[in-house]
Amino acid sequence: MNKIVAKEYLSERVVRFEVEAPLIAKSRRAGHFVIVRVGKKGERVPYTIASADVEKGTITLVVQRVGKSSEKLCRLEVGDHITDLVGPLGKATDIEKFGTVVCAGGGVGVAPMLPIIEAMKQAGNRVISVIAARTKELIILEEQVREYSDEVVIMTDDGSYGKKGLITAGVEEVIQREKVDRCITIGPAIMMKFVAELTKKYNVPTVASLNTIMVDGTGMCGACRVTVGGQTRFVCVDGPEFDAHQVDFDEMLMRLKAYD
Amino acid sequence: MSDYLKTERAKEWRTALRASLKNKDRVAIPRVQMPERDPMVRRHNHDEVNLGLTPELAVGEARRCLDCANPTCISGCPVEINIPKFIKNIERGAFLEAAKTLKASNALPAVCGRVCPQERQCESQCFYTLKLNKEPVAIGHLERFAADYERESGQVSIPETAPANNIRVAVVGSGPAGLSFAGDMVKLGYDVTVFEALHELGGVLRYGIPEFRLPSEIVDVEIDSLRAMGVKFITNCIVGKTISQEDLVDEGFKGIFVGSGAGLPNFMNIPGENLVGVMSCNEYLTRVNLMQAADPDSDTPVYKGRQVAVIGGGNTAMDAVRTAKRLGAEKAAIVYRRTEQEMPARVEEVKHAKEEGIEFFTLHNPLRYEGDERGRVQRAELQRMRLGEPDSSGRRRPIPIEGDTVWLEVDEVIVSVGVSPNPLIPQSFTGLEITRWGTIVVNEDTMQTADEMIFAGGDIVRGGATVILAMGDGRRAAKAMHRYLQGEG
Repeated sequence: MNKIVAKEYLSERVVRFEVEAPLIAKSRRAGHFVIVRVGKKGERVPYTIASADVEKGTITLVVQRVGKSSEKLCRLEVGDHITDLVGPLGKATDIEKFGTVVCAGGGVGVAPMLPIIEAMKQAGNRVISVIAARTKELIILEEQVREYSDEVVIMTDDGSYGKKGLITAGVEEVIQREKVDRCITIGPAIMMKFVAELTKKYNVPTVASLNTIMVDGTGMCGACRVTVGGQTRFVCVDGPEFDAHQVDFDEMLMRLKAYD
Repeated sequence: MSDYLKTERAKEWRTALRASLKNKDRVAIPRVQMPERDPMVRRHNHDEVNLGLTPELAVGEARRCLDCANPTCISGCPVEINIPKFIKNIERGAFLEAAKTLKASNALPAVCGRVCPQERQCESQCFYTLKLNKEPVAIGHLERFAADYERESGQVSIPETAPANNIRVAVVGSGPAGLSFAGDMVKLGYDVTVFEALHELGGVLRYGIPEFRLPSEIVDVEIDSLRAMGVKFITNCIVGKTISQEDLVDEGFKGIFVGSGAGLPNFMNIPGENLVGVMSCNEYLTRVNLMQAADPDSDTPVYKGRQVAVIGGGNTAMDAVRTAKRLGAEKAAIVYRRTEQEMPARVEEVKHAKEEGIEFFTLHNPLRYEGDERGRVQRAELQRMRLGEPDSSGRRRPIPIEGDTVWLEVDEVIVSVGVSPNPLIPQSFTGLEITRWGTIVVNEDTMQTADEMIFAGGDIVRGGATVILAMGDGRRAAKAMHRYLQGEG
């Protein structure tokens, strides 16, 4: 169980793993996440499932090396086993025919966006994907995004690829150009905060997929709580996706630094 | 008294033992005191506080038991242990036999001997309590003694199991309800598989109750004994998520017992509750117990607050505040809105906490928390309370004293004001009846749900219960599911 069958570097700090997990592959839907633990002293960390292959019985995780736990995971090689892998957790993405959908993914957030882009397209939406990163090397999965998108807008902070500017500039350009019925955003909390502020201005219903600190991930500890519309909600069982216009991102940003 | 209990009591050795000492002399023996680790030492480590009885102390205490013709103590035990039989076995020095007696009705005697609120169960129904107005026989201490003696002797007996009937039953959750159900069903010959969502087995026994009250080694041994009887355990598998209700049916499971336990922690919805450093007791205890966050080699972090306030007066609050002290808190305090008298925590836990230097702010209730510029909690405003008339729970209602508030400097707040049932099964199963509190509706005698093949027990049914009540549910469910699967109802 949990054997790594493929490993690929998408950029210097971003690794794509294909892991044996037949039961999860079968039951997962777009938007679901898993909890991963590496080593007997390891931490339980949530990762959104990027894709799954039911026949091969594998799921794909895209991991950015940012701290001790992701570092440990990224050191694993093909043939190694992940100590513990459990899921699928959370609620699946709300997929229906909305009309035109903008999928705004930043950095490694493009990976969990991929199954949503695919599902939105299959549901009959016009899908415009806006993918962004600091610089060209950090733009990941472009080819796969293109496969299911009607249009792809690429933004880099330094202008080394696509257009120069932040993700919000790319999203705003689309909104100003045509009617957008829904926006989905996945990426760093600060990025989602600004995307939400922008789409609120234009009254575009927006969903953000939140990645908070979790311990058990199964609705027990409450570490993942966020304030949505003035109420405390739990990302692991009520989310991970919420109405982005209702999320208190400032509080979420503060809580993400709890153990820094 | 049942015929079985009568026959057991009439056995020659029991009769001889009763005759060996006059009741007058038995009742003159003072109740044994549990040897404890020095509070000044133990508040700096995680070693178990209660040290257990020596054989001499245990035999002496066992002599106090009058081996009553009508053993009322048994009616106080949710799993109906044959209490006089195991105690008299201790009196005659047959310690392994005593352990066997316990294991006939209780899958986890070493656990129950440690964490059961005996003072409200068997010991509250003891002849000494009811008729003599004296301290009851220390049934809990004796239970622990017999279970520990067996484990340490290396001669652990595996209860006999009926021949395999090859009927598969599934258990959701490996906490006390699930383990007790699994133990009874495997004895009846069923093919039992327990599914656990976490990476370790034991449920609340693992993530909730700290090492100093229930060493994890004890839980391991009890689970190993179930494994030896044939129970299969699968970790990292969430029924309703990883595998569905239909998957279980397709796999040939004929009965399902849901013991999925507690879920989302309750908060008070007061300002500042989401500040950094404010957390649920579930989070705090899970980090320390399940994830071993206090171990420097563990990747999981935990706050080691210097001034810690724990909100609540239950056993979990006591576990959290005593853990905080052990992690180095200079000040660790309980903040509780009623008085010590109304506290739901066991008397022993409150006593231990006090000995370890825990402060008690009773008749205080938090109103708000304030933090620094980085969002870290700095202080708590507490409302002073007084007691009014009794409420529906029979406890006197706490009433705020208008305008009387006080600020408490804190750098960590642990909220321990109860939990809601785990939402995963109610969200993902069909055919169950769910209350508006999220608990599963069952027939109280059989623990059967609206779906006849599904039974449930423990916190998912009760909302919040004790280990032993959950175990009692597991036993009742096993009995009833057995009848159901044998076509007798």
